[in-house]
Amino acid sequence: MTSPAGRALSRLGRTRTAMAALIVLVLIGLACLIGPGVTGHEPERAYPDLRQLPAGLAAQPDPAHLGPALERLAFRMRVKLEAVAREGDTLRLTLRSDAGVDRRSLAYLPRSGLFGPPDVLEERDAGRSLAIAVPIRQLHFPLGTDVQGRDLLTRCLVAGRVSLAIGLAASLVALLIGVAYGATAGFLGGAVDAVMMRLVDVLYALPFVFFVILLLVFFRPSLLLMLVAIAAVEWLDMARVVRAVTLSLRERDFVRAARALGLGTPRIILRHIVPNTLGPVAVTATLLVPQVILLESFLSFLGLGVQEPQTSWGVLIAEGARSIEAAPHLLAGPAVLLIATLVALNLLGDGLADALDPRVG
Amino acid sequence: MIRFILRRLAQALPTLLAVVTVSFFLMRLAPGGPFDLERPLAPAALENLRRVYGLDRPLIVQFGSYLASLARGDLGPSFSFRDQSVLDLIVRGLPVSATLGALALGLAALLGVGLGIAAALRRGGAVDRLLGVGAALTLSLPSFVVAPLLQIAFGLTLRWLPLGGWEGGSPSHLVLPVVTLALPQVGALARLTRASLGEVLRTQPIRTMRSLGLPPARVTRHALRGALLPVVAYLGPLAAALLTGSVVVETIFGLPGIGRYFVEGALNRDYTLVMGTVLLVAGLVIALNLAADLACAWLDPRLRADA
Repeated sequence: MTSPAGRALSRLGRTRTAMAALIVLVLIGLACLIGPGVTGHEPERAYPDLRQLPAGLAAQPDPAHLGPALERLAFRMRVKLEAVAREGDTLRLTLRSDAGVDRRSLAYLPRSGLFGPPDVLEERDAGRSLAIAVPIRQLHFPLGTDVQGRDLLTRCLVAGRVSLAIGLAASLVALLIGVAYGATAGFLGGAVDAVMMRLVDVLYALPFVFFVILLLVFFRPSLLLMLVAIAAVEWLDMARVVRAVTLSLRERDFVRAARALGLGTPRIILRHIVPNTLGPVAVTATLLVPQVILLESFLSFLGLGVQEPQTSWGVLIAEGARSIEAAPHLLAGPAVLLIATLVALNLLGDGLADALDPRVG
Repeated sequence: MIRFILRRLAQALPTLLAVVTVSFFLMRLAPGGPFDLERPLAPAALENLRRVYGLDRPLIVQFGSYLASLARGDLGPSFSFRDQSVLDLIVRGLPVSATLGALALGLAALLGVGLGIAAALRRGGAVDRLLGVGAALTLSLPSFVVAPLLQIAFGLTLRWLPLGGWEGGSPSHLVLPVVTLALPQVGALARLTRASLGEVLRTQPIRTMRSLGLPPARVTRHALRGALLPVVAYLGPLAAALLTGSVVVETIFGLPGIGRYFVEGALNRDYTLVMGTVLLVAGLVIALNLAADLACAWLDPRLRADA
């Protein structure tokens, strides 16, 4: 491979940390994309009997949770449990009620999520006693469950979709604004450039995070508003980088040739300047995505970002931080995913910067 | 030099005016008001309150009178903290945020620059390899994850340090918030110092000095002067961000600083308090950027020529 992009790619391939980071990112992305369909739980499905389960691979409900769950269900069904016997994966129950056991109440058993549909084996005492067999479901919660008994792994992956989507979308918007602005300012130069970059300097001095918070507090938080607010903050770096590169490109021969051929300014910027800024843009964008994801989680942590029933890593971390004493795994799951993503993105950005730097080997 | 400072101060005025204008109209155009309580007030009482605070006048008149009182150095009364002016609240909150920020800045600068120098001087050494991943790691540790973890480890399990609170700024209450604030910046500063010093060490003057047999310590000192430029330029906005209080750290550790006042002000539609805190932050950002530029000019005589 002899093109600069090809050389950079092969150099990137040789840096082991950057490749490891890329692999981690792809894995996290795939997990978030297809994971929620594989875990076997709906993200909103709550198991009231299995709240705040610790992380583990054992099948649920385990004996420790089975007893209390049955008690609660019996209370709801207005029956007494006379006999409970477990045979493998089925439970043989004898229910008793002086007013007669209402068969419709058997629906409570599958509705709890812990049991399959029950079979009635025998009816005695004119309906006052009922023997049934219920299959026990085998549920797995590798990361445990949250305060409401929802599967944490599924929720983390669904949250990851939102966090990653916002991170990519807001970065893309910031990238487009920044590249267009920086290339225009750098190419036109002179007074236009001075005014445009002066505006960027002014914007840099604004306490932007405060403005984002104000926006989200005053107007009801929504995904779109957050996207716009984050993009509005984050395009400044990109504009500066692209302008600096454009300034040096402007005097190059191929740009002069394009001008001599009579191409218009917009066409030169689009066809000749922008493609040549791609290297630094790629590096800046890779380092921009973790910043955006961090800002999104920060806003969601404060309750100003993603709102229920949607969830993001920031929301889950906020939930985990609230119950950190009782159930530290609630913080650990989403925090590890978020930090792994951010570290991988930062390392990938570093690797890209090294690979694109012509001075290094 | 004096002219440079004066020109920058003159440039700051339009920026501050823009901050005031944007935040003023942003807040007033937003739905809700400072007197929207859970139990609505009687219409007559609401009318009286609005008249007392001047909210019944046209928006543009209110803006004019706010600017006029700003020019006199009056930030107005707070809407939600009764009988207190915004200035009182800032005078109370700023020392908290500034103490935390200054300590965090000092810690981050010391550790970050130190590690960065060590890494640059010994390429491929232990510190250098540690920074390769370590810098990206500290950059990626959100304060809202670090803070609860520190609280669990040192507050609940080991019981060495309190979980939060200010208590007049006693050292034991400062440790965890300062560490939380400083941690991400250690990585950022170390990386910046390492890259910048590494570049300077490869330049011709430094290689010449080496070839002339100058002692390594002296060569390093010369190189550092140039290498610290981008670091100092980065410290300006960083100082502003740290000194004006981190919303998250102050919230998690229950510290009565500027960040907390800002969030409470925003939630309560306390127009004047929000304006006051935003203005303070913007002013500090501008002032500290200027200070960083001056420090750069002191480090690099070439920059003085432009000024």
